[in-house]
Amino acid sequence: MISEQLLFALCGIGIFSIGLRATLIHQQLLSRLLALNVCGAGVFLIFIAIAYRGETQIADPVPHALVLTGIVVAVSAMAMALALRHKLKDLNDE
Amino acid sequence: MTEWLWLFLDLTLILLLLTLAWLTCATHNNQKGVTYFIAFGLLLALAWARLKAPDLALAEAVIGAGISGALLLAAIKHDDDAQSVNKLPSIKLWMVNLLTVALATLMGWGVWHGLELSDGNRLADQVLAQVPESGVTNPVTAVLLNFRAYDTLLELAVVLTAVLAVLTLNPMRKTYVPAEPILQTMLSWLVPLLVVTSGYLLWVGAHAPGGAFQAGALLASALILLQLAQPTAYQAINLNWMRFLLIVGIAVFVSVGLLMMFLNTAFLGYSSSWSGILILVIETAATFSIASALAIAYMGGRPDGWETFETSTSSGHQGGKHS
Repeated sequence: MISEQLLFALCGIGIFSIGLRATLIHQQLLSRLLALNVCGAGVFLIFIAIAYRGETQIADPVPHALVLTGIVVAVSAMAMALALRHKLKDLNDE
Repeated sequence: MTEWLWLFLDLTLILLLLTLAWLTCATHNNQKGVTYFIAFGLLLALAWARLKAPDLALAEAVIGAGISGALLLAAIKHDDDAQSVNKLPSIKLWMVNLLTVALATLMGWGVWHGLELSDGNRLADQVLAQVPESGVTNPVTAVLLNFRAYDTLLELAVVLTAVLAVLTLNPMRKTYVPAEPILQTMLSWLVPLLVVTSGYLLWVGAHAPGGAFQAGALLASALILLQLAQPTAYQAINLNWMRFLLIVGIAVFVSVGLLMMFLNTAFLGYSSSWSGILILVIETAATFSIASALAIAYMGGRPDGWETFETSTSSGHQGGKHS
């Protein structure tokens, strides 16, 4: 086992937990959305830490491809959530 | 000695990441939260670079920090500063805390054991052995567009669906005032540079870090900058072509897949002599689709004139109501 791998995986778990807790606690939509994205970033970090294989070897490319997909999906989901929030505000203002 | 230095740098990076994640989540001020989130994204890009994931570092810097930041900042532009915050009852708060800590402990235990038990290779050796036959030499591109091409096709579908939802929900945000002369001048250098860099990333993705997603996001950021600083120039562009670019990625991907099905009996089963060029064709189309999807997401909705069908039906509906 490589120590950096464990350190960064634990950091990912920490970030995931911080994000999860805030997602459950916040009531404002934007804060929740930010927290959810932080939570997702934690999951990505766990993945990539596990894919790491030390200084000398190329890291496992499969999790890399999955996380790359994840980043793009996360940003489009965020765009959709922001559009929904905008619509909700418009409806509340009327 | 160098090992200690690395450990020190790793620990600094990890502490900064945790602090910024905490700050992003703890603040009730939207503007601060978004700013922390952008900084968090940039540091995360550093973490990807540290963990030997340069493709991800590029994507995170452009998308995670850049484009999400732009989307969020545009969304909170008209928010009120004062937010009413209702405190959760403390029993609920403690239940959430307890749940989170329990889950984190469980995950920590799982990851620890997973790392301890496995030899650390998983699919890596298998994939790296097959890369020479994939038509590209960058293993991540090989996985994305050859070994797991289905995933990428469906991902493009997800992006398209999200953007269609954005288009359906709102009209385009009102454009901004033209920027100051300094930004205007910088822009006349920056936009061409972004376009060229995006083309470079697309091309280099075959054998080095880069690829369709990073290139598409860079192209989108050029469009976003234009929209921000030179609204008149942006309005002069006929936005209708973006509708076609939006679907060209999926259209090309599916037609290549079907073509391969007729030629080689499997959907997306490339013949190895052609796979390099096929991957490049698909990636080029995907770059344009992603660029236009992200640029439309930043516009916040449909531009004038895209709703000709909807207005005609809704006016007909209203007419019916009046009679």
